[in-house]
Amino acid sequence: MTERFLGKDLLCLEPLTADQIRFILDTAEPFKEVSERTIKKVPTLRGKTIVNLFFEASTRTRISFEFAEKRLSADTVNVAASGSSVEKGETLVDTARNLEAMRIDMVVMRHPSSGAAQFLADRIRSNVVNAGDGTHEHPTQGLLDLLTLRDKFGRIEGLKVCICGDILHSRVARSNIWGLLKLGAQVAVCGPVSLLPLGIEDLGVTVFRRIEDAIQWADALNVLRIQLERMHAGFLPSLREYNRVFGVTVERLEKAPRDLVILHPGPMNRGVEIDSRVADGPHSVILGQVTNGVAVRMAVLYLLAGGRPEMAEAAKGRSGEASE
Amino acid sequence: MRPVLIRGGRVIDPSQGYDAVSDLLVVDGRIAGLGQGLGAPDGAEVVDARGKVVSPGLIDLHVHLREPGREDVETVATGARAAAAGGFTAVCPMPNTDPVTDNQAAVGFIVKQAQAAGAARVYPIAAVSMGQKGQQLSEFGELVGAGAVAVSDDGHPVASSHLMRMALSYARTFDIPVADHCEDPTLKGNGVMHEGLVSTRLGLCGIPAAAEEIMVARNLLLADLTGGHIHLCHMSTRGSVELIRRAKDKGVRVTAEVTPHHLTLTHEACEGYNTNAKMNPPLREAADVAALRAGLKDGTIDVIATDHAPHHYDAKEREFDDAPFGIVGLETALGLGLTELVQGGVLTLPELIDRMSAAPARVFQLPGGSLQRGAPGDVVIVDPEARWRVDPSTFLSKSRNTPYDGRELRGLVDRTIVAGLTVFRGKAC
Repeated sequence: MTERFLGKDLLCLEPLTADQIRFILDTAEPFKEVSERTIKKVPTLRGKTIVNLFFEASTRTRISFEFAEKRLSADTVNVAASGSSVEKGETLVDTARNLEAMRIDMVVMRHPSSGAAQFLADRIRSNVVNAGDGTHEHPTQGLLDLLTLRDKFGRIEGLKVCICGDILHSRVARSNIWGLLKLGAQVAVCGPVSLLPLGIEDLGVTVFRRIEDAIQWADALNVLRIQLERMHAGFLPSLREYNRVFGVTVERLEKAPRDLVILHPGPMNRGVEIDSRVADGPHSVILGQVTNGVAVRMAVLYLLAGGRPEMAEAAKGRSGEASE
Repeated sequence: MRPVLIRGGRVIDPSQGYDAVSDLLVVDGRIAGLGQGLGAPDGAEVVDARGKVVSPGLIDLHVHLREPGREDVETVATGARAAAAGGFTAVCPMPNTDPVTDNQAAVGFIVKQAQAAGAARVYPIAAVSMGQKGQQLSEFGELVGAGAVAVSDDGHPVASSHLMRMALSYARTFDIPVADHCEDPTLKGNGVMHEGLVSTRLGLCGIPAAAEEIMVARNLLLADLTGGHIHLCHMSTRGSVELIRRAKDKGVRVTAEVTPHHLTLTHEACEGYNTNAKMNPPLREAADVAALRAGLKDGTIDVIATDHAPHHYDAKEREFDDAPFGIVGLETALGLGLTELVQGGVLTLPELIDRMSAAPARVFQLPGGSLQRGAPGDVVIVDPEARWRVDPSTFLSKSRNTPYDGRELRGLVDRTIVAGLTVFRGKAC
């Protein structure tokens, strides 16, 4: 391949163009089918070595990446912060350089500090995929949310999507805001003002302080997890009150002028930000998000390895196509 | 000691409103004459300063020299040499050393190290509270006796309003200022940069302007209450400038400083998670920079101080959250002032020199900052036209953490003289 489609890394959606995002989503389409096969494996990334470097607990994202890698036939290694050299005080850059000295091709990293993915990407030659950095971005989550919305509505442009909950601390919110805005959606956020970041309106999003208003306006709600720690840190009086004021309930949704599609990046706090009847209801696409997560991650890994979107269908069948 | 006759430079001495091409004579470590056509005494070293600016040596009221405790990143000697290279003839190190400079032996140690270095003069600032713990006042009387010129808990701001009140009152006994890093610790929280649009985009925890302004307001009220002299360190917000302006109108004994970086950079410098743009107080917005410049011009803010904060390369080569706050500043301050403020039309050259020499001497009641007969023979000779590029690898400081790497500046130190002795000579000499 002469020209990389995405650059070396996928760190965040903010700098991507609408075309780049659209092509990632288009590339994910043919990969969806791989996971539906009896033998869920294609040779696309055979011989590539990928390290999953998780400095923060993660179940869904880590497993989703691992499935994506394995279904593309890459060799994978998982490193968690606990029990590794990180616990012995090794710096991030040393950890990465040591891994690279073992001749790896890609690093997928989850890290509690914003900017950690970029820090790493600037210092190693391998491709870096950000699997969530602090409260900055979680680009593959943003992409899988976009793919899920596109599946459901057939388009992103013109959709009204409201992200609900703790926007201040949410990397999912930031990736969704950038991705949706670039693809022409109208974006709103809704949550307690104590959990909205300063200047959020300047990014081009509408702010709703009442969930009822958001429900009146939106085509889809992306409901974020409310973390118990926020209550201890004084951002919220209680989870109970959060549920009473901001909880996405059937009663509230029934007043909407149209059926709202419900997304949630997980893990859910049932009875806090979302009621079970909504999470399990007919308009919930929460499990569809998880399914799409694998396809989106396959697409990202394929593209970073040098693959072209238009070749994705063919690449599934043959080996070596995705090499640089 | 040989007399020094500096001939033919543009001598600028804001302490007496002097600005003329003339000669300056230093004898026995003191200023002995200023005027045209001075004769050279027997054995005098004659320095040709034609085309150069000759002014009182610069004075920096806020540096961190890290000794004792972190001699790997700076010592009193390397800091004093870096100061001389930047045109400073005196610096005031903050007491957040390890152990803390909270007793007369610790102050005496710094004075002794500075004497041995024989570069810029070093006037220690001692801790307000024992161990900078914010509980019990340190022994101001003994500290002043050992050479301290002010007290501050910089690095660990005084949170207790009661303790600050007592410090301001007690400091009056010895006629020293209390310098405070104004920060409400609960509002600062885990913040690592200015709270605004950039922190929102980068997903970094913000420090609101109010974290500083609340403590500025408190300190002004306590200075008014006690009659003590409050010196506000490294002001960073437009709100702080306005609070100080009003307090000065009212006659409160307040002085304030601003750093070169808060005068020249905004929070946008943090883009890309640049840890050399991580400082406390954080870089703020363009409107803040404009207000700080205006405040420096009209005298609301008295002095430029660097907050020279050396850190190890490895400490800054980290995730943004985990990197320490602060940058080195001694060797770029004058160049930034000349380039950004004088060339930029904010200050006249005499005003810049005032804010970096006469004004700091006045604020901390230090000798120097003047070329009047009998004043200390502390002089800096600057080539105002020389263009140079910031290259941290050439710093005399032990540390390299600067956001100005590669920046082209105008105005370079030619020679720094302390008590009649040349302690730094530029490459052009």
